[in-house]
This record gives sequence, structure tokens and C-alpha cells, in this order.
Amino acid sequence: MLLTGAEIIVEVLIEQGVTDLFGYPGGAALNIYEALYTRRDRIHHYLTAHEQGASHAADGYARATGKTGVCMATSGPGATNLVTGIATAYLDSVPMVAITANVGTKLIGKDSFQEVFITGITSPITKHNYAVRDIDRLAHTLRTAFRIASSGRKGPVLVDIPKDITTAVCEYTPEAPVEAAEPKKPDPELLRQAAELLRTSRRPVLCFGGGVISSESSHELVALARKAGIPTCHTIMGTGVIGFGDELDLGLIGMHGSAVANTAISEADLLIAAGTRFSDRVALKTDNFAPQAKILQFDIDPSENGKNVEVQSFVIGDLKEILTSLLPLAEGQERKEWFGQLEEWREREYYPKDIPGVLRPHDIMRIIGEETGDDAIVVTDVGQHQIWAAQYCKQTRPRGFITSGGLGTMGFGYGAAIGTKIGVPTAKVIHITGDGSFHMNMNEACTAVSNHLQVITVIMDNRVLGMVRQWQSLFYDSHYMSTEPERKSDYVKLAEGFGAHGFRGTTEEELRSALQQALTMDGPSWIVCPIDREEMVLPMIPSGMTVQDMILSEEMDS
Amino acid sequence: MTESQHEKVALAMLVENNAGVLARITLLFGRRGYNIDSLTVSETNDPGISRITVTTQGDQKIIEQIVLQTQKLIEVRAVRVENVSNDILRELLLVKIATTDEQRSQILEICRVYKGDVVDLTKSSLIIEMTGKPSKIDGFLDVLSPYDIIELCRTGLTAISRGPDVLKYDRRESHRA
Repeated sequence: MLLTGAEIIVEVLIEQGVTDLFGYPGGAALNIYEALYTRRDRIHHYLTAHEQGASHAADGYARATGKTGVCMATSGPGATNLVTGIATAYLDSVPMVAITANVGTKLIGKDSFQEVFITGITSPITKHNYAVRDIDRLAHTLRTAFRIASSGRKGPVLVDIPKDITTAVCEYTPEAPVEAAEPKKPDPELLRQAAELLRTSRRPVLCFGGGVISSESSHELVALARKAGIPTCHTIMGTGVIGFGDELDLGLIGMHGSAVANTAISEADLLIAAGTRFSDRVALKTDNFAPQAKILQFDIDPSENGKNVEVQSFVIGDLKEILTSLLPLAEGQERKEWFGQLEEWREREYYPKDIPGVLRPHDIMRIIGEETGDDAIVVTDVGQHQIWAAQYCKQTRPRGFITSGGLGTMGFGYGAAIGTKIGVPTAKVIHITGDGSFHMNMNEACTAVSNHLQVITVIMDNRVLGMVRQWQSLFYDSHYMSTEPERKSDYVKLAEGFGAHGFRGTTEEELRSALQQALTMDGPSWIVCPIDREEMVLPMIPSGMTVQDMILSEEMDS
Repeated sequence: MTESQHEKVALAMLVENNAGVLARITLLFGRRGYNIDSLTVSETNDPGISRITVTTQGDQKIIEQIVLQTQKLIEVRAVRVENVSNDILRELLLVKIATTDEQRSQILEICRVYKGDVVDLTKSSLIIEMTGKPSKIDGFLDVLSPYDIIELCRTGLTAISRGPDVLKYDRRESHRA
């Protein structure tokens, strides 16, 4: 059938199985929105307050569901407002298709009204991008964008479409949803060698990251660790794969990782890295990372071989396939001696003290866990609260902990939580944020209100930019430059002003009651929990240092 | 990293002949901090495919990363590190030298030894064209260094392997939009 470009865009989205998209209209996008109007029974467009919110919502939707998230914006500022969200998805390998409208082909390159070269701008933060110039290529280009986004190491793809292409007419034939490209088969010889390394290792550690979640191989990973007796630790992107308190679980590694996990890595004779890239927040000192260990890395992206840390063996392939193939080759082992040693280190682990009558960050996380149960999805912003959530939130389910790990985007949380709630409407969605991050994009409250989304925001309110202030406290002689903003924002009033529900969670009783009420409310709630501004994220290994330099004590405990 | 591990290499790439493809490659080098010493691009016998030759440097790990990162670009169909000792490597030089009557004959003599061509000659200047391996051109310019070189351009390296072996690429559909 003959369709306009705008209609083709919407039809391709429908044929690719897209039911929800997030965006913001504008002049160059008007024809696309007209086509969305016609097909509004098949595809739901969620209007956000800001295009950045739309990009984070598409990202959260993708992380929560595993499907490719879709966002849309008009030309110029609409497109540039997506940029932070696209970069966030790129750094965490989240499948996303971003569609931007552009000015008409004849106006491109003339500095026209609301014109930017968005494919140039987003080239380093997308897997690929397209500037469509030919209506005959439009449907194919959009389909390819979906295939690239969901193939191999997933990531964002941007398609920029000039306004005249949206009115041009072309023959369109529906096609089936694209399938991800077949990943490279793992080399069986390397897997056999991996099993042999495991067999002879006395002190192995398995460290995993977000790749386990995006490849849906949590079950296989835990099965291997259990069978072969391998203690596990994870990056923040791997949170939720293995149960907190599981005997195999050593917790987070890296800058704010547990003492036991970081010590285990430094003492290990074999480190298996699965779906993780050894970023500088994990391998703080790359030339002294796991110094005694042979490192065996599993990743779908061949360019991770030797990028940050030198490894002895690198197996390329889909993690699920690698782990499934390795499981029968691995010998069942108990490694009592190694686990005994780990238990000894665990006893010296840092854990914040309870202070009667004071609601401390770990208490807030515990209470959230107790009130919301195991099926909740926690979405965070970026800063101290993010790490506290990763350390102390007990929710355990893959895709149950959504955070901006790679880019560290403050303001990510609200949009992502909205996308999560739309993707998984049955889940309780808890957005944990700090007052700093929340001030960046709290405007998305209106999106949650308009769409009756029960997203519960818990604001850890220390009235400072806590993570930066912590660094100033530790490394800049407590010169609190621009981290104590003296804001007077009243979150309960603000929530009410947006049409959301506002609660104070000053004490444990108040917080529990607020969570219980919020869970029965239609629409979003904000619960503000004041905390002491001297609270620090501990333990901490300063940048470029090792586990020997770990900071384990805090003044307020001494 | 010791100096001895540091090497200069030429990378041959076959890329889709689409708008913006060169920008993607240079941006990748720029954002990851890889140096580009020279770069040449041209069409090939397949109109959908362009060939790029980049000379770059780094230790072996960096060269491996450059190849792996370049291969990830969607429009890059093939990448190979050229064998500098065996492949045919060529570069074109155009050099303009200010001359006096006395110098002219000396320069023409050097040019004859190096098998360069004089392509322009005036009372006060001459232009020499020369193709050859970069080392030959470096040597020629070294000999010319006492003279007054007033303008110089080198095309950068282009390279092809000896024998019937070719840089193969996947003939999948173009990503032109």
C-alpha cells in the first residue's frame, strides 16, 4: 500500500512490536504525530515534560522489559534534549531506538530554525545512526535500527528523518519483527580450557556485570557458581542477579564495593569476568587488579578484550550460551578452605551501625525492602543514594534494579521509573533519589500524574550534593564548594502542586506508613526522608587506589 | 610500555561509500585518543565501497584495540593491519622549492638520483613530484633540507598487499539511508 513517510514510521513501529513510545512533539515532527493520532489504538505515545525524560523513560522501559525502548523528538532542541538519555543508554548497553524529526531536506545545512546536525552530535554515543534522505529507504532503515539496537552488545540507534520525507509517499509492505543477529559461537576449546582453569583453581572468584542481565543468563550464572563452588561479586550493573546474603554472594566490587569482594579479587588465583568491562570504578588500578589471578573474560563484544585490563583468555559470545556450555564441563567443587577464608574476611566487613531514633540510609533501604517485597523494581538516580540502594536494597530479581551505571546520569531516575512502570505495570516501582538528582528532573512528576502511574519516589534528603561533598570532605579539606545549595524546596507541597501525593518519612513509623499509603494511591507519590548530611558511602577505595587503601570507618561511628 | 613496543602501522579499511563514513572513523580515533599520522580515502572497483588507509601508532595492545573498535563501526566491512615489510606502500610528494640559478642544477641532480619529476619550473622556483615508499620520500626531503622548501604536501600512505591475496569484505546490503 502507498503510505506517507510519517505513516511508514508508525507502521514500522507497530510491525516491530512497539506498543509504547515516549516523546515530545514539535514543528518538524507534526506529520509523525498526525500518523500517531490515526494509530493511537495500536501504539501509545507518552508525552513527557522534557525530551530528556522521554529518553530516560525509553531506557527504563528497555531495562525493565528487555525490549527495545523507543523515544521520539522534534528537530533542534528536541533532538539535543535526547542526547543525555542516549549517552546513558550507550554507556550501559541498553537497546533503544531514538527517532528525531529534522527540518526539510532543502533547509538542511542552512542553519534553519530548529536545525541541528543530530547524527553528527550523536555519532559517538550511538551504535549507529542514520540521516534518512530517501523515502524508499525509510522502512528498511528503521527495521535495521531495531536490529542493530538489539544485536550483539545492545545499544542505542538514532534515526533522523527530515520533514519532507514524512510527507513523501512510498509503497509499504509490513514485515515481521526483525531478529537480532546471531552471535558468534563461543570457541569450544576455550571453554574446555576455562573448565580446566576452574578445576585447578583454589581461589576462584566470579565477577559479573550488566551483560548477565541483558543476555538473560542470571539462572545459568548462578547455576555455574553453585556447581563449581565459585564465590561471586558484581558491578552495580549486575545488582539483582544473585540473592543478597546467598553464601556465594560477596556483594559489590570496586570503589564502594564490600571489603570481602575487593579482598577476594586481590587474593584470587582465578578471576572469571562475565559481561563486565572493568571500568575505572571497578578496576580502580588496572595494573594491579586481581594481581595474583589468571583472568578469564566472557563478553559478546570482541573489543572488550584487553581494553581496560589484560586478560589471559577471552571468550567471545553470548553469555547465556557460554555459561550453558561451560556448566556441564565444570567439575562440582566445594572449596571449603576458600569459603572459610572468605567467611573470616566477611566478619571484618563494614556495616553501618544502627542508631536508635535515627533513620540512616541503610535503615531506609531495609524498610523499603520490607514494605514493598521481592517483586518491586528499584530505580535510582545517581549519587550516594544510588550506592546505598545497591548496597542495602534486598530486592533480588534481574531487571529489578535499574540505575545509570556507566554514565552516572543525575536526573535519570524519574524518567526511567516512569518507563519501568509503563513497561511492567504490575510491578511496584520505587524510585530512590537524592535531593540533588531529584531537582534535575522532578518535572517528570507531571507525566506520572497525567498517566496515573503509581511511581513511588523516596527522596533521601541530606540538603547537599552528597557524593561530591563526600569527596570534598575526604580529599579537598572539607571545602564544600557548590555542594551546599541551601535550597528551601518543600517536597510535600511540590508533590501536591504537581498533583502527586507528598509524604514525610522522618521516622521509621512515618516512612512505613507513607510507603503503605503510597502503594494504595492512584498516581505518583513522593516520600521525603531527611538524613544526616555527614552520612558517607562506605567502604570506599579512592580513585586509582587498591583494597589496601580502603576507607572503612566514618567519623559519626567513632 | 617500553619504546621498543611502540610501532607505526598502516591500517587498510573497506567501508561503505556513504555520507559521513569518514567522519565516523576520524571521530572514533579522536574520542579514543588514537593518533592519525596520515589518511587516504578513495573509491574502489565496487562503487558501494571506499578504501581508507590510516597510518597510526601505538603499542601492540593499542593497535589491537584500534582494529577491534574500528570493526565495530557498522559501515566498516573489513580492517587489516598492513604488513609494512612486504606490502606495496606508496605515497605521493609534491614539493615546491625556491631556487637560485646556482641551486637549480644541484636540486635537479638530487631529483634525478631519486627519480622525481620536475613538474613546474620558473626562474625562482621549481616543483618536484615523487612517488615512493614513505622512507624514500623522507630520505629525499632530508637531502633537500638545506634548500629553501616553500611548500610541501604528501598525500599520506596508500597500501596494497602483494600476490593474489585480497582484502575480503562481506557483500551485505548498504546502510545508506
